[in-house]
Parts: sequence; C-alpha cells; structure tokens
Amino acid sequence: MLRCGILVFLFWAGAVHAAAGDDPLQSPQWTDLKQRYLGAARVVFDPRVVVTGPKVAEDSMNVPVGVKLSGLADVRRVLVVADLNPIVKVLEFSAQGALPVLHFRMKLQQGSPVRAMAETADGVWHVGGIWIDASGGGCTAPSVGRGTANWHETLGQVQSRVWPGEQQSRVKVNIMHPMDTGLAPGIPAFYIERLTLQDATGREWMRIDTFEPVSENPVFSFDFPGTPPPGLSLVGRDNNGNRISARVAQ
Amino acid sequence: MSWRCGCRAAGLLLTVLLCGLLPGAAVASDDLDYGLTPRKVADDTWVLIGKTEDFNRSNGGNIVNTAFIVTTAGVVVIDSGPSRRYAQQMRRAIARVTEKPVIRVFNTHHHPDHFLGNQAFAGIPTSALAATIAGQKEEGGAFTDNVYRLSGDWIKGTEPVPAGEALRPGVQSIGGHELELISLSGHTAGDLVVLDRSTGVLFAGDLVFYQRAPTTPHASIAQWLAALDRLAAVPYRLLVPGHGDPVGDGRAIEQTRRYLVWLEDALRRAAERGDEMSELFGLAIPAEFAAIPLAREEFARSVAHLYRRYESETLRRLR
Repeated sequence: MLRCGILVFLFWAGAVHAAAGDDPLQSPQWTDLKQRYLGAARVVFDPRVVVTGPKVAEDSMNVPVGVKLSGLADVRRVLVVADLNPIVKVLEFSAQGALPVLHFRMKLQQGSPVRAMAETADGVWHVGGIWIDASGGGCTAPSVGRGTANWHETLGQVQSRVWPGEQQSRVKVNIMHPMDTGLAPGIPAFYIERLTLQDATGREWMRIDTFEPVSENPVFSFDFPGTPPPGLSLVGRDNNGNRISARVAQ
Repeated sequence: MSWRCGCRAAGLLLTVLLCGLLPGAAVASDDLDYGLTPRKVADDTWVLIGKTEDFNRSNGGNIVNTAFIVTTAGVVVIDSGPSRRYAQQMRRAIARVTEKPVIRVFNTHHHPDHFLGNQAFAGIPTSALAATIAGQKEEGGAFTDNVYRLSGDWIKGTEPVPAGEALRPGVQSIGGHELELISLSGHTAGDLVVLDRSTGVLFAGDLVFYQRAPTTPHASIAQWLAALDRLAAVPYRLLVPGHGDPVGDGRAIEQTRRYLVWLEDALRRAAERGDEMSELFGLAIPAEFAAIPLAREEFARSVAHLYRRYESETLRRLR
C-alpha cells in the first residue's frame, strides 16, 4: 500500500516537473525559485547569459564565478542565485556604463546550480547558469578572519587596480570584510549590502547589492568599454551601517 | 526535454522497486577489494602502485604509492594508504611476501591518501615529521569526511590516527638497511623523503609526481622547487614517486619541476594581466603537460589554492 503511494507520488511529481518547464540544470528548486524571484514574468533560458566557474569547488568558501552578458541589449539588472544554498540570493547588479560583466567569489554550502538572471527593458528574464559541485560547509563555517584578533582594524579597507586598455579596461577591487552569513553558531549576519563604482562627479557606473553568500574579503572585477572614467572610487556600506569609501588605484 | 523527465521518473521508480524488493541488494562492503599486488623493485623492497586518478567510488582511494622494506628486524612500511580497509589489505599483502612482523610505519606527509591507513597499524611505532603530525591532527577529521564523500564505502570505519612519534632527520639503521630520513617541505609544510642507502631506492613521497599532475593544496612552490634541487643531488638507483611509476633516472623530478615552474609562471602572469579566477579554467596547458592524467583538474584546483597570493601582489590600497 505504502509502495503504491510512493509510485503515484513519483508519477505525479514527474508530471509537474515536466509541466513546470525545461530547466537545463534540472534543479529541484527551479520552480519555487522562479516563482519567488521572477513571479509571473516571462522567463527564457538564454545562451547569451554566460556563467563561468569551476566544475568542482575546490574551496567552498571562495568559489570563483563570472557572469557575462554577450549581445543582450537593454539589461536593467542581473540577479545571481544558487538554487541549493541556504541563502539563495548571492547578489544583484546593474551596469550603468560599465560592461554587463561581473566576476566575484562566493560560498557554496553544497553542489548547486549557480544562475544569472538578467531582466531586459521589455520585462523578460534571460537565464543562464552552470552546475558547480562542492563538498560543502561554505555558508555555515565561520569566516577565517574571525579567528584573528585584528579583523576589525582592517574592516572596510579596499585594495584595487585598474588595467587600462583601448578597447576594454578592467577594474579589480578587494574589500576587507568578514561577510558573516549568520548561519555559523553565535555569529550574527554581518555583510556588505551595497557597493557602487562612482566617478569624480558622483555618477554611478556600476551598482551591486550583495548578500551573505558573497565570499569573505570579497574580490570583484568590472570591465569598462574603452578607458575607465577618471577619478573612480568604490563607495558602499554594510548591514551594520559601516561605510566603505576608497579611491580606485590607477 | 520531456524524455529526460520521463527517464528520471523511471530511474527513481526502479530505485524504489529495488530498495523495496531487495533490501540486501547494496554491495556487501566485504567485497571491496583493492587488489593490492606488491611489485618488487629492489632487494627486500616492494611497492604498491596506485592508479593515477583522483579519489572515486571505484578506486576507493587506491591512487597512491605505498611501499615496504623487509629488513632482518621486521618490515618497515612507508605510507599507510587512504583507508583502514586499504591498510588491512596491505598488511595481508605484506604477509603473503614475508612472515616478519611490521615494526615501523613512516608517513611521508599529512595528506589523507598517505596516512589514513595508520589505524590498521595500531600498536606499531608510527613516525612522521613534526609538521606532518600537526597537519594530521588539524586536518585529519576534515580529510576523512571528504575522502568518505568521494569514495564511499571503501572508507567506512576509517578514523584519522596521527603518527605517534615525531622523527628526527638523519640516518637510522634498521635490520641491515641504512635509512636516511630527509626533512623537506614544499608539497606540504613537512615532506619526509626516505633514502634506503642499502638499496639505493629513494621514496620521494609527493615531492615527486610522475605522469600524474601534481597537487597543490598546501604547496609552497618556491620551497618545493628547492626540495627538488636537493633530491636531484641525491645518488639514487630508483626513485619511487608518491604518484606514478617508479623511475631509474631523473625524469620524474624533472617533469615535476617543469610543471611547477610553468604553473607558477602561468598564475603570476595571469594575475599581472588582471585575469579573474573564473577566467582561468580554460587556460591553455602546454602540450608537454596537457596529456598527463588530471592536468586540467589539478590546474583548476591549483587556481583555487594559489591564485590569491599572486593576485593580491597586484593590488594597491588608496584611501
């Protein structure tokens, strides 16, 4: 009797899965995730949304991920999510003059799809992603810096560099921050919420809303068409109200 | 896409049926045989050659070379393998060669494939460099979990047992064999090399890989290259690498050295170009290394282990 129940359930689940669509990554979470973050909007799996990363996360605290939108016009914002992470949303960014490219490192609690979902001006979400295998523990382990006595002395410090090019330039920044997820016992969530790249006039070229799964002491790389605007600085804050503000080293 | 869902549902169905009908269908773990076959490489000296693969569920972690020397005083074991089961089977393999008891176990370094068999040598003096013992204590638990995840039932019942004695480098005479214990580092913080002066066999541990890409989770490439210089100057007749076939000449040291020089140069140059870690996984690997087993996989791992150091040298702080 019990076995019959299971069989019926399986067939039923299979049918729902098929009806819910054709997630190329075959994730059990995709239907819920889509509902939660994209609602009723139109969603397409789009090869122009390219996510790069390792097949296997060697260091689940620092999994390098790149998001690149090649040939997709009028992108308003890009959400990055990891379906099976305890905290699904990794970050959201919008390029306002910088190229729609972002490289970062994140924590993975277990093997999971990592997806970029780009909303274009017509309200359609374009989704691409990869599956990254991981041994786990990335989100529930305390930050490494917590083990050192002086982490607060370097909090919010920024190291950076510009690689200028005629066609395209790169800006890389490294911010000192524990990025605590709140999932390690006794350590509350403490993470950077907002980062912007601004020029000397205060115009924003890139904005990122970051969440707990972004790695400790995060590194971000941004690309600009041609040479980057002069007088760039990185400005932001964390969820405790600490300010981040530093000129970008040319 | 729907066929895929159909297949998946059918697969689940089959699993449920099998589990329901055949509760004992799982492979009995007694059947897990590493098939260890000692290869005699010199007088009194046998080597168990592992596969040049990564840990998986079919090799059970038999990816490492272990060895034993049958002296007149008893058997000296060099590295105990990846699991309790491996070491139990290693002891049976030794017993097929000699009736003499095992009297000493050396661990060349603290990586799991080289010491998780210690448990099966309980009561026998086991020694390693102090840095190795510290690493075994600190990381043994996490290593065991990870190896279990990768190789499954083969690892069942394995507990990390650190070596009990910190050894002093120098020459020890055991049962007619003069063993020179050389303390080096670079692959890890403590890399023991054993030169049997009586036979000319050099047990190089993981300072030397041959036809298997080197691994770098605890590596300092500068120290590793210095260690290889030292090894190249040792007069040996046969070199037993930690992974890959033994060789009678310098080619294994040379291959490891050339790979490490390339790896460091490739990572440093990428960092100076401003490359991101996620852009490096497709980096071209030179032809001389590309065909070596696990070259692509180990390069990706090395990016995770080493790239931040080179990258942080390129960044500057402004207020």
